[in-house]
Amino acid sequence: MEILVCIKRAPDTSENEIEVNRDGTDIERDDLVYSVNEWDNYAVEEAIQIRDKMGGSVTVVTVGDEDDEEVIRREMAMGADHGILLSDETFKGSDGRGISAILKAEVEKKNYDLILTGAQADDGAGQVGGILAAMLDWPYASLVNFIDVIDDKKIKVGREIAGGNQEMHEIDLPCVLSIQTGINEPRYVGIRGIRKVASLEIPVHTAGDLGIAPESVGESGARTKRLDYFVPELGEGAEILEGSTEEIIDKLLEFLKAKGGIK
Amino acid sequence: MAQQVFAYIIHKEGVADDTALEMIAAARKLDPDASVAAVIAGAGAELDAVCRELVSSFSEVWKIDNEALAYVNAEVLRRMLVRILPKDGIVLVPHEHFGMDLAPGLSIMLDAAYLPDAVDFEGVEDGKLKAVREEYTGQVSTHVHCDISQGAVITVRPGSFKADESKSASGKIVDKTAEAMEGGLPGGARRFLEVVEAEVGDVDITKSDVLVSVGRGIEDEDNLEMIFDLAEAMGADISCSRPIVDAKWLEKSRQVGTSGQTVKPKVYMALGISGAFQHVGGIKGAPFIIAINKNPKAPIFQAADVGIVDDILDFIPELTDRINEMKG
Ligand SMILES: Cc1cc2nc3c(=O)[nH]c(=O)nc-3n(C[C@H](O)[C@H](O)[C@H](O)COP(=O)(O)OP(=O)(O)OC[C@H]3O[C@@H](n4cnc5c(N)ncnc54)[C@H](O)[C@@H]3O)c2cc1C
Ligand SMILES: Nc1ncnc2c1ncn2[C@@H]1O[C@H](COP(=O)(O)O)[C@@H](O)[C@H]1O
Repeated sequence: MEILVCIKRAPDTSENEIEVNRDGTDIERDDLVYSVNEWDNYAVEEAIQIRDKMGGSVTVVTVGDEDDEEVIRREMAMGADHGILLSDETFKGSDGRGISAILKAEVEKKNYDLILTGAQADDGAGQVGGILAAMLDWPYASLVNFIDVIDDKKIKVGREIAGGNQEMHEIDLPCVLSIQTGINEPRYVGIRGIRKVASLEIPVHTAGDLGIAPESVGESGARTKRLDYFVPELGEGAEILEGSTEEIIDKLLEFLKAKGGIK
Repeated sequence: MAQQVFAYIIHKEGVADDTALEMIAAARKLDPDASVAAVIAGAGAELDAVCRELVSSFSEVWKIDNEALAYVNAEVLRRMLVRILPKDGIVLVPHEHFGMDLAPGLSIMLDAAYLPDAVDFEGVEDGKLKAVREEYTGQVSTHVHCDISQGAVITVRPGSFKADESKSASGKIVDKTAEAMEGGLPGGARRFLEVVEAEVGDVDITKSDVLVSVGRGIEDEDNLEMIFDLAEAMGADISCSRPIVDAKWLEKSRQVGTSGQTVKPKVYMALGISGAFQHVGGIKGAPFIIAINKNPKAPIFQAADVGIVDDILDFIPELTDRINEMKG
């Protein structure tokens, strides 16, 4: 089974406080800790497990620039066989449709059976998998939290729906799936693993290599464009308890008693 | 703006989802003069019940009635919708598990723009819609321009528009089944098999009065011990956010949120939880919410009644000791 996993480098939101910069053109990026998008890490783990069972190979791909190479290496240290960076000046400012068009051009260079994306990335869009599938005219399932390979023509997938329930489907290959967290337990990647892949050459494919018309992607091809970042005018919000820990606990206990929070 | 606006209606067991009337409010914010058409897919009596329920709220109710849609498969429906929707329409879809399955691909097939997870609209100028989105689980917001001149598919976050209950339209039901079925039943490459119901856990958190809910801020599985101690002292049940379940530290039946349980306690204590909309969306019944988080800007403080900015690893053991002292 030839599997392609689309990955993105993203600020780790559990490690960082995300703040808007002075003029609202971006978030403060200086001290951010980056990692592979949480959902993508589950997708790569799933691909590796399928390959280990069925044979074939796992390729990870990202649309980005040289800074994004680190997530390709990280996922290769995890066990992906190949990594590809799709990078070109003309890709800058692409919307979800543009990113998907770039990925599609790469997909068409080889015969993949299965393409995995994360369910969503840092901008919370959840769009690339579904758009890519429609562009390829391949079947798609989102929020996948279970995969069972039936044979080389079809697989069984579970989609996460409301209430912890799961929707089961049979789906023909090739197909695109967006992966939900919790589908597996991604393996730990140690320093030694990272070191092993540190000097690997990561191939870079440009718009020219991919045969992409520059005006179809990047800012010129985008139909959605982020204008600014801002902190919304906040409503009332919570009453923040202040004082020493002891004083705070006093006040909190008052509230708990009044609201029936302590039995 | 002369483009027609459509609202895709999610429904279950013959009843429209809460998002149905929110889509009307969203459409009005997009275009105050919009006549909004509902699009509803399903089968038989349940579908008819939803159509009847909504006909007084929408100018038109488009229905697609087919046995194959008794459980709606987005891969099938998407291809049917392309047969009936005009190319330059604006299609609003709730941003939840079904909408996320349906909508991105629909935009491509209609050659329309795609705008995911909008939380507000701020007007249309020169064919460009100005919308508000959130990024980084709600820590920052953005304004986005979306070129809707050639049509757009927009997913709208549930709960971000106030339901329009005015029932001020006197619509009619339009049967679009024949048009949607022209050329036969599409989308056969993905076949729906069944719904597997969630496993029932040892505690039913949907019935709890007091919930101590723990999130990724607990940092390590061993630290859960202090949550157990606090819950015991308070006489509360324990629930959690999704990453705790993903890590297999607690059972899935304890997850609060859109893909977990909907809880209605009297008191909800969120410990080291950032407040993503998928989490907060599972807290109903207006409980008294207490949030403890070391990041003063965490979105959970917007949902909470009382907040404490502190490290839970330091704060919780002290709180537990005090409660135990108090109880003697
Ligand atoms: C389709 C879909 C469905 C989803 N359904 C659900 C759902 O049902 N339920 C759900 O919960 N999520 C759901 N999610 C995930 C959701 O988007 C968030 O990723 C998740 O809720 C984050 O959980 P968290 O707040 O525990 O973790 P994080 O967002 O990582 O937040 C951790 C918080 O802890 C704080 N913190 C860290 N250390 C400490 C400390 N020592 N003391 C105090 N505070 C600390 C941080 O400041 C941060 O605010 C869903 C996502 C998708 C895409
Ligand atoms: N720049 C990118 N390069 C490769 N894959 C991406 C990129 N952006 C998004 N994706 C994929 O699309 C998924 C969903 O992201 P999004 O649609 O941006 O929320 C991610 O989890 C990735 O798998």
